[in-house]
Amino acid sequence: MKVLRAGRMERCIGCHSCSLACARLVHGRLSWNTAGIRIASAGGLSTGFEAHLCVACDPAPCAAACPSGSLVQRAGGGVTVDRDLCIRCGKCASACPVDAIYMDPEEQYPYLCLHCGRCVAFCPHGCIALEDVDARRPGSRGGDVDGEVPDAY
Amino acid sequence: MRTDQTWSRVLHVDLESGRSHVLQFGSRAEHLGGSGLAAALYSRYGLLDAPALDPRQPLIFAVGPLTGLFPLMSKTVCGFRSPYTGEWAESHAGGRLALSLRFAGYDALMVTGAARGLSALIVGARTVDLHDVAYLRGADVFSTGKYLRRFGRESSGHRSCIRIGPAGEQGISYACINVDSFRHFGRLGAGAVMGAKNLKGIVVLGDGSYRLPEGKAYPKLMRELYKDITGTDKMRKYHDLGTPANLTALNGLNALPWNNLQKTTDERIDGISGETFADRFLLRQTACAGCPVGCIHIGLLRQQFASDHEFLYKQVSYDYESIFSQGTMLGLTDGSDVLALLDETEKLGLDCMSSGVALAWVAEAVEKGVITERETLVPIRFGEVQGFMEALRHIAMGSNEFYRTLGTGALKAADVYGGAEYACVLGQEMAGYATGEVFFVAQAYGFRHSHLDSGGYAWDQSSKEKDARKAVDFLVDDEYKRILINCMVSCMFARATYGPERIAECLASVGLTDLADGLETAGRAVQALRWKLKFDTGFDVDAVRIPKRYTEVVTWKGAIDTTYMDAVRTTYAAAIRELAASGQPMSGSEDA
Repeated sequence: MKVLRAGRMERCIGCHSCSLACARLVHGRLSWNTAGIRIASAGGLSTGFEAHLCVACDPAPCAAACPSGSLVQRAGGGVTVDRDLCIRCGKCASACPVDAIYMDPEEQYPYLCLHCGRCVAFCPHGCIALEDVDARRPGSRGGDVDGEVPDAY
Repeated sequence: MRTDQTWSRVLHVDLESGRSHVLQFGSRAEHLGGSGLAAALYSRYGLLDAPALDPRQPLIFAVGPLTGLFPLMSKTVCGFRSPYTGEWAESHAGGRLALSLRFAGYDALMVTGAARGLSALIVGARTVDLHDVAYLRGADVFSTGKYLRRFGRESSGHRSCIRIGPAGEQGISYACINVDSFRHFGRLGAGAVMGAKNLKGIVVLGDGSYRLPEGKAYPKLMRELYKDITGTDKMRKYHDLGTPANLTALNGLNALPWNNLQKTTDERIDGISGETFADRFLLRQTACAGCPVGCIHIGLLRQQFASDHEFLYKQVSYDYESIFSQGTMLGLTDGSDVLALLDETEKLGLDCMSSGVALAWVAEAVEKGVITERETLVPIRFGEVQGFMEALRHIAMGSNEFYRTLGTGALKAADVYGGAEYACVLGQEMAGYATGEVFFVAQAYGFRHSHLDSGGYAWDQSSKEKDARKAVDFLVDDEYKRILINCMVSCMFARATYGPERIAECLASVGLTDLADGLETAGRAVQALRWKLKFDTGFDVDAVRIPKRYTEVVTWKGAIDTTYMDAVRTTYAAAIRELAASGQPMSGSEDA
């Protein structure tokens, strides 16, 4: 089982290609917010960037808070989502300890990372990668993400 | 929100009345977006007979129908009446503004009128607010940015903050609008237009979203273009050394202006080459939102401000044009001097190219005894950074009559004080290409008086024959292709990717088939409308000047051929006069 990690954010150039790709390809929307990974900066562009995304809790507080069964614990961390079951209460977003769930104010629908990894290919600097869950377990060689920088760069 | 509506969604904020309206403006099939949308809006809301700094004149920020949808569709067109030329003008910038406007739900933001006190405008998908920011009077661009980022904190990273410095407040004719610290609406004085509206800054919150069209066409094409742009070497030069790679190349060609264009090459190039900047100063690259290239090069300027190892550091963006204008043109050969000047220019909110080239004229005029320290207040000499540093502040603050005149342009100052024959002004202070006859004419007569509207510099380098007709046909056609890009609005670095056919394909993939089918007709109409507006707002093609200095330039091809240059001038003037005469109003304008 793999999870998405943003382990090389010091390489980030703030192009937002990952979140735009997620919004476009996973969620069928065009936006900065309706995506499972969202890039932010604090204090302007001179300070670098950080990624807001699901950190793959296991057990996941958002799944525990979900009153409809829309969010269900995913093996290896994070959750799976059945959109048809969502009652748009927003309790998942409130329960998330790292503010990784975006509640769209118009639809009142939560957007969060599904750990599908479709964004990875769009990062030009290898900031994000799908990582084996086991990599962070005790006894493993460590949790570094080793994203690849495409040759063009 | 939808991406495929037939009109442009424009937020019109009138600062005079404090009222705002969302307009469903015109027809996208006619004006397309970006450059075309700005021109169509000015046709409807602009005041032809009023001066540039009349607060009633619209200040327009327009994006295009492909903004945010495809890679490098990441720029915004600012349309305004230029206080420098008096004419309809455009300046383009990246940063986060384009995607912020798109996700706020607008194709354009148009501001008219003046606020009662110094103000900041905050707009988003669910926000239009005006705040009194009297406390920012006279504040520099960086401290202004820090204060303005108190607005819309919830959209941190998903917003854009544009603002002016003291130069914009003072109405200097080449005051810029700073976009997200490192990008600019630089040339022709958009900052002064904003200052005349008592508008210190605008924060745009990109907090809305669009539903994408169903089907596989769009995701397939988006992936393909992304791969084309990032998976090949096409963009490497922009990311690696960036545009400063041109310094060594143009110096080698005898085409790099030095010391106010008194020469075109210098063996001291190594001190400020792209390679030296990358090795000694490059801190990191960053990107405009929606572009994976990362061409914005940030230099680290470390300065000792006291004894005992007391240092401060600054992050300063640099490009070819800024190193040329505030480096080689001023005879500076140390990269840290250039970064220090650029940092000061940035804080004051001046355009770096115009102010650098204007100061280069000052240095030569002092050298020749035409002006003295009585005018310049500080010693100005080629190669000495301190004088230029202080002079920048004098320009921005309009410290005396001389600097107030210089703040309207170097040629205007030269007309008063002397030295017009060596004022490096082609419509405005020159861009950094001493490539020859076609470029000089293209900048002097071109729509934005820059190197951006057509590749005249490339024609100088590639064409073996001196055929004025062929050169002008190239300039007009190249301008048309660039206009299509500027209507979408893509970064010009992607011009090899976004040819007319590719643009049509992109438009069709997001359901804009009307725009795709009529692209050429609309593009030609926008080209004509832009020229018509430039003429209607005062452009006199017969009054264009090319100072004597340009006839004295020696490039790798040898001396300038003035007969050929005159032939290109006459032919190009006729061509743009014809274009302007064919301009027609578009839907949304009063007489359409």
